[in-house]
Amino acid sequence: MSRDIDSRWNPIQLILLIAVTLVVLIGGFQLLQNLQNQKILMTITAVAWGLGSVALLFYVLNAIAESAPRKIRSIAVAMVFAGPAVITLIWALVLPTLRSLRLSFADAHGRGFVFLDNYKFAFTDPIMVEAFRNNLLWMIFGTSFCVIMGLIIAVLSDRSKAEKVFKSLIFMPMAISFVGAGVIWKFIYAYKGEGINVTEIGLLNAIVVGLGGKAQAWLLMPFWNNFFLIVIMVWLQTGYAMVILSSAIKAIPEEINEAARVDGAGAFTIFFKITIPYIMPTIVTVTTTILIFSLKLFDIVRVMTGGNFGTNVIANEFYLRQFTYGHSGQASAIAVVLLVVIIPVLAYNLRQFRGREVLK
Amino acid sequence: MSESNLKTSPAKRILVAVVLLSIVLVWTVPTLGILVTSFRDPADIFATGWWSVLPHKTFAKTEELQLPRETDPNGPVEIEGVTASFEEWRQGVALEDGRELRWYGNKRSRRIDVYEEKWVGFGANLTLQNYRDVLSGGTVQFTDANGNTIYRQGNNFSSAVLNSIAVSIPATVIPILIAAFAAYAFAWMEFPGRKPLFIMVVALLVVPLQIALIPVLRDFTRWGITGTFLCMWMAHTGFGLPLAVYLLYNYISTLPRDIFESAYLDGATPFTTFVRLVLPLSIPALASFAIFQFLWVWNDYLVALVFLGDKNRVVTSALAAMVGEKGQDWHLLTSGAFMSMIIPLAVFFGLQRFFVRGLMAGSVKG
Repeated sequence: MSRDIDSRWNPIQLILLIAVTLVVLIGGFQLLQNLQNQKILMTITAVAWGLGSVALLFYVLNAIAESAPRKIRSIAVAMVFAGPAVITLIWALVLPTLRSLRLSFADAHGRGFVFLDNYKFAFTDPIMVEAFRNNLLWMIFGTSFCVIMGLIIAVLSDRSKAEKVFKSLIFMPMAISFVGAGVIWKFIYAYKGEGINVTEIGLLNAIVVGLGGKAQAWLLMPFWNNFFLIVIMVWLQTGYAMVILSSAIKAIPEEINEAARVDGAGAFTIFFKITIPYIMPTIVTVTTTILIFSLKLFDIVRVMTGGNFGTNVIANEFYLRQFTYGHSGQASAIAVVLLVVIIPVLAYNLRQFRGREVLK
Repeated sequence: MSESNLKTSPAKRILVAVVLLSIVLVWTVPTLGILVTSFRDPADIFATGWWSVLPHKTFAKTEELQLPRETDPNGPVEIEGVTASFEEWRQGVALEDGRELRWYGNKRSRRIDVYEEKWVGFGANLTLQNYRDVLSGGTVQFTDANGNTIYRQGNNFSSAVLNSIAVSIPATVIPILIAAFAAYAFAWMEFPGRKPLFIMVVALLVVPLQIALIPVLRDFTRWGITGTFLCMWMAHTGFGLPLAVYLLYNYISTLPRDIFESAYLDGATPFTTFVRLVLPLSIPALASFAIFQFLWVWNDYLVALVFLGDKNRVVTSALAAMVGEKGQDWHLLTSGAFMSMIIPLAVFFGLQRFFVRGLMAGSVKG
């Protein structure tokens, strides 16, 4: 069968197909509502319905497109292919960006026009100033620790016998949620308080006491508690930096290193004069990714301190503004600020793409 | 092992190994700590650090002495030939034979605990009860360090795990399916708006999802679907699509042109070509993104917090709620944390190769 033959579907088949699809979509949704109390059955049904509906939807839309007049058929099919993704993206990200922009100029309930009040809050309120300072700490120290640690491990483990095991253990936290990591580190920072014969059960305090020091409530320690939280991100993200940097290091042609060695260069010279310059583009990519990541950071702070004790960050204040204080104007202004900070990266990505085939 | 490595001196190699080993130790001990703790008896958890399950020499209580009623705790007290004040006894007094005596509780208890140094930790008292308690939705009880029985409402982690599965699997497969169709269209089909739409996809790669949360939540509220799995699938599909389309486009656009041409000549429709050829050929890319998206959705907290609320809690929100309600109940927190980690860790260790490949492709460097 070739494209020159008209529709593969006759109208009756098509109408039947559409009817079946509608029944599956709506019936499945109704069924799910009635299964709320049977968890396992509902889970299986939910998975089957969710996947089946999407597959069916593509099938039906494609059948309709293939029934279109021959002239526009190939465009119709292409639109069926790209359409769902494009519509979803516009609904989930493009329009919300514009709507958040509008909300950021409106009052707490999304009405009226308050000019720049919300932005005045976002940039001058002491709460926000503190959040900005803390995010800056996260971005500077969190990112640089991740990248430097990742680089050190990548270089040291390169060609080591147990490289795979080392790397996979350091990479493992990538699979752990921030909330889970929060519990793990909260337990390390656990503090029992003053008292006679108190045995600290938190690892950090046990070490400090073992070395003759005094147990501390680490998460309540002004200013420094930010660093105890940053450690968690470093623990989680170093693996990412390590993996990407390690593959870049392995891509350095061995002849270059060999030539330098013949010229009498030591390990340090090779590292700073060859390895670093060679993988610089990758370092920039990794650094940017982790920078964006620490800018949007939310879960760790939310779980560990809730943003109290001087550890607040921008994304947490966004959440508090919307869901605790119910001020969608201020929350949206904060979201817009986050977006604006990221725009240079966005522009850079687009510029990188200009040369690609699809954009020519 | 390469030639250059043989040239480095043994001392240097040992140094590198020591540094690496210590880093690996620092990276794994935190997880080990909660794994061990999750199997310990609650009373043990509150009394000693988790590392005490390792064999070590310590002072352990061997017997109790009851002082006579007429003993005056306010003056100096003589026990076993040593005289000391109550405060000193309370701190513990070492005897010459190596034993240590400690006054238990307040002055009126008149009880002395005898401690002796000995090896402990061989028969660690391990239990699965913490897991049973954390999975349960009913009332659970445990004994705290002071011997009190504490009752708690269970956090129903079994339901949270099921909810996480119900959220994660469709929220992984649906965006892949939608993105694969779109990536194929962007790579191999002609349609109006192809270029600007693809630029849109690339631009959306780094947009912070905070910017979308409030408007999307308003939509869900208007449609009456907040708190349902459906809204989680929709949200995660929307937020995951830019990366999905981008990754799959990168892969699908490199497939050789010939296969599409011969499929066309054989009379295959684009749909057939996609299902029979493109999907099977793209399995490595699909798997990479699937793992990436699955871990992201399973570990997500923000989206679940905003759209699911307290209805149908997933593991991350259940765990976070537990941290808020029971910040000191380490037996429940650690077993809950481990429950939340088992599936992603299994996926991670089982499919690490694909995951790494996805990460590399996802580093947006053009």
